[in-house]
This record gives sequence, C-alpha cells and structure tokens, in this order.
Amino acid sequence: MAIISIRDLVVEYDGRRILDSLSLDIEHGETMVFLGGSGSGKSTLLRQIIGLERPKAGSIFVKGTDITRCSAAELKKVRRSIGVAFQSAALFNSLSVADNVALTLREHTRLAPSIIELMVWMKLAVVGLADFGKLHPQELSGGMKKRAAVARALALSPEILVLDEPSAGLDPIVAAELDELILFLKEVFEMTVIVVTHEMPSAFRIADRIAMLYKGSFRLVGSKDEIRASQDPRVRQFLDRVPGNIAETPAVAAHFEQYLQAQEA
Amino acid sequence: MANVLEDVGKKTISHLDYVGSVNIQWWATLRAVGSALPFVGNRYRWQASVQQMLQIGVDALPMVALMAICTGFILAMQGASELRRFGAIHYVIDLVAVGFTRELGPLLTAIAVSGRSGSAFAAEIGTMKVSEELDSLRVMALDPIEFILAPKYLAALITVPCLSILSNVCGILAGGLFMFLSTHLSPILYVRDVFESIELRDVITGLIKSVAFATIIAQVSCLEGFRVRGGPDSVGRSTTSAVVKSTFLVIVADAVFTAIFYFTVQH
Repeated sequence: MAIISIRDLVVEYDGRRILDSLSLDIEHGETMVFLGGSGSGKSTLLRQIIGLERPKAGSIFVKGTDITRCSAAELKKVRRSIGVAFQSAALFNSLSVADNVALTLREHTRLAPSIIELMVWMKLAVVGLADFGKLHPQELSGGMKKRAAVARALALSPEILVLDEPSAGLDPIVAAELDELILFLKEVFEMTVIVVTHEMPSAFRIADRIAMLYKGSFRLVGSKDEIRASQDPRVRQFLDRVPGNIAETPAVAAHFEQYLQAQEA
Repeated sequence: MANVLEDVGKKTISHLDYVGSVNIQWWATLRAVGSALPFVGNRYRWQASVQQMLQIGVDALPMVALMAICTGFILAMQGASELRRFGAIHYVIDLVAVGFTRELGPLLTAIAVSGRSGSAFAAEIGTMKVSEELDSLRVMALDPIEFILAPKYLAALITVPCLSILSNVCGILAGGLFMFLSTHLSPILYVRDVFESIELRDVITGLIKSVAFATIIAQVSCLEGFRVRGGPDSVGRSTTSAVVKSTFLVIVADAVFTAIFYFTVQH
C-alpha cells in the first residue's frame, strides 16, 4: 500500500494554476525525486505533501489520513511521522545545533534529559556533526547547516523524510556527500524519502523513481532508466540542458512588440 | 465616485480583516497561554517566558524609570507655574500623584514597551517567517502561537503592570524632588500627602489599563510579524508598523478606558 497517495491535486494562487490535477502514489521505502525546472511547481507540491498549504481541489493521503481535510490534531499526528529539511535549513538561530535537534524530542516525548542528549548525539553522529552540537547555526558552513537540518528531521525517527533542494548552493563534493548520506539513511532506517531537486546527477544517484514536473503537471513518472530513455521533448530538453529561447533575437523582438502594442492600447 | 467607494470598501474590509485577525490570534493565545505557566505548563515554555520577562521588563527598567522621572519633573514644573499664581502650589502633589497613578505611569510604560519590545517581537517573528523557521515549527507539529506568542504574552502581562508601578513611583518621587527644591517641602510630608491624594481604585484602574496595553502590544506586534510576506524589507516594514499600530491603539484604548472609569468608577 502506498504511504503517500496524491489524487487529482489542484493548487491555485490568486487564480493562477500552479499544480494541475496531479496524481501519484509513493510506496513505502522508496526514494521519490521530484525533478523539474524553476517554477515547475515542485516546491509547491512539497508544501502540500507536508500539510503547510491546503489545495483548491484533490486529496493527499499520508499513511491513510487525508491531510487536506483532516483536523488540526490529526495533522499534528501525521506530521510527527514526517521529518522535513528545508532548502534554507531553517534551523533556529537562537538555539545551538544540539538544541535544534533536541527540540522535537523534548516537546513530543517524555524521555529523560540524559536519554535525549544521547539521542541527539547519535543523530548528529549519523550526519557527521557529532563534534559540532554546541555551535549555533550561524557558525556552520552551508553544507553543515543542511546536514544539521537532516539531523533535526531525523530526531523523531520519522517514516518519511522530505528534503527540499538538499544540494542547492553546495559545491559538488559536499553535494555528493549529502547524496551518500541520503542513501545511507534510506538503507539504515528504511525510510520513504522524498527529494525535491533540479540537480540531475543527484537525482539519478539517489532516486528509485523520478517524477518530472513541467508547468504544474507530471510530464513523466518512472524509474531512472525510463527517464533517461524518454523521448518526451520537455524531458529531453531538461536532461540535455537545451536552453529556452528567451535570449534569442526573435523572442526579444516579440516581447518588444508586445510591449509597444500594450503602450498603444 | 465609484473608485472612491471601491477604495473605501477595500479599506474597510482590510481594517475589519485586521481586527478579526487580532481577535482570533488573541483567542488562540489565551487557549495556549496555560502551557507557559509554571508547574502546570510546559517547563521549556515557562523558561522562555522568564527569558522574555527579563527582556521586556528588567532590560527596560532604566529607560522606563528615566522617562518617568523626567515626565514627573516636567509635570510638577508645568503645574507649579500655573498653580503658584493662585496660591495653590500644594495641588501639584495631587496632580502628579493622581496623574501618574491613573494615567501617565501605564501610558509611558506602554509607549516604552511598544518601542522596545513590540518592534523586537515583530522583527523576531518576521525574520522567522522569512527564513522558513515558522514553517519548520509547523512541520515539527509545534504550534507557533503556543511556542512563540504564549511566552511573550505571559511575560508582557506580568512585566508591563510591574513596570507601570515602577513608573508611578519614579514619577511621583520626581515630583517630590521638585517640591523639595522649590518649596523645601519635606519628603516625609510629601509622601504622606501623596498617600492622601491617591486611592486604591486609582491604582487598580491604572493596573487594568496596563494589562490591556500589554495585550495590545503583544498581540499587534506579533501579528505584524506573522503577516510578513516576502523578503527582509518586509520585516523592516512590519517592525515599523508594529510600533505605530500598537502605540496608536494603546492611546485609543487609554481614551476608552479613561472614559469608562470617568463615567463609572469616579462618579
């Protein structure tokens, strides 16, 4: 049975359709990567899956609960089984790294402080930050912040790990280290991992399946080999890094003409 | 004409939306504030409340005291310059004592807290919004109202009345200093006259105002932070807006409370 099931999801902002009738099942234990260009709707889809926004239409079932219609208490319960690492890491700057990781353990469990301390150290050790718990987020490098965010997401040992652009803004070596970390976590903790990215090497390294988003719709959902073999022009454009026509002379001329017509009107 | 009506309609809806948002947030805070209480609540929330009390209250002590001393001295001097002409300089004591207890102590404190802590609340929450920390709290199944606002509100409810009392004392003592310097009135006689001038109801009405002002400052400032949209520039705008709106609403609330007490308690 799918751990996450998206049905006919429609999202609109100010009448503008961002996601258009998306349907997808994510199986327990698989790594699903949402791949797509800027503005394709992948981060919006992610925010829907973690219940930060409500859609215009459609449903998202997480472990059998429709999070688009459930009560606040049910949503809280579902959220405890999801760990999220945001693109900006979103660590609390007023807390040390260790306190960031300890936060959910203190709030949602009745564990003794010594046990929490041990668990925090373990989570930090998993992401290679065991010696950095006392530092504050502003004292960490970009890659370390991302790893600290992953450690915080792992705090309650969630069944689902959600990572928003984990390798964005990182150098290739640190990005590759994060990929290995994601694979390690999946293998050790048997989690369902959802990753949003536009970094293709990273996507093809970690994914079991890839969902390619284009203008708010799934262009293609399939295994890595199916994506590689696809002859869909949009998928090929993305994979082969073919530029759009925004910088070509006819396109610039067309924009200029449109502008002049609007001024005359 | 249609445009004017449309603008008026839009502004009215926007103001009603704001008032509704403040009230909904206030209700949610009242439901969550129990978690910030000592012994019965969450100890981390209580620790956050104590931290906020230090920032709102203890750190503001010198500023509030200095403002009250200056205002007390100014009020006594201005009062004396007029009352002296009628041979009624003794009434300066009543003016300063009653004026501070009922009015100036709570109002000065609220303005100081609004400028210091109101702006800090809006900036802190706005920055958290921009940097996705609020989203982060939500996905960790933590309620931002309970986690952030409840400790601030509890701290403001406790510290603003305490600061008001300090402001009253400082303002009245400054009046005493003026009376000593200008008429050589002994401090003991001054204090005795002050206690004869003020009544318990003056102190209580002042404290009721303080609690109302604390509510306005905490709720309006935090709402401004939660309503931040966009980038760092909107955090700056929300900070300014928090101070302007909370100070304005404090003065409006003061006028309303004073009218209510004038027509009910005083007569």
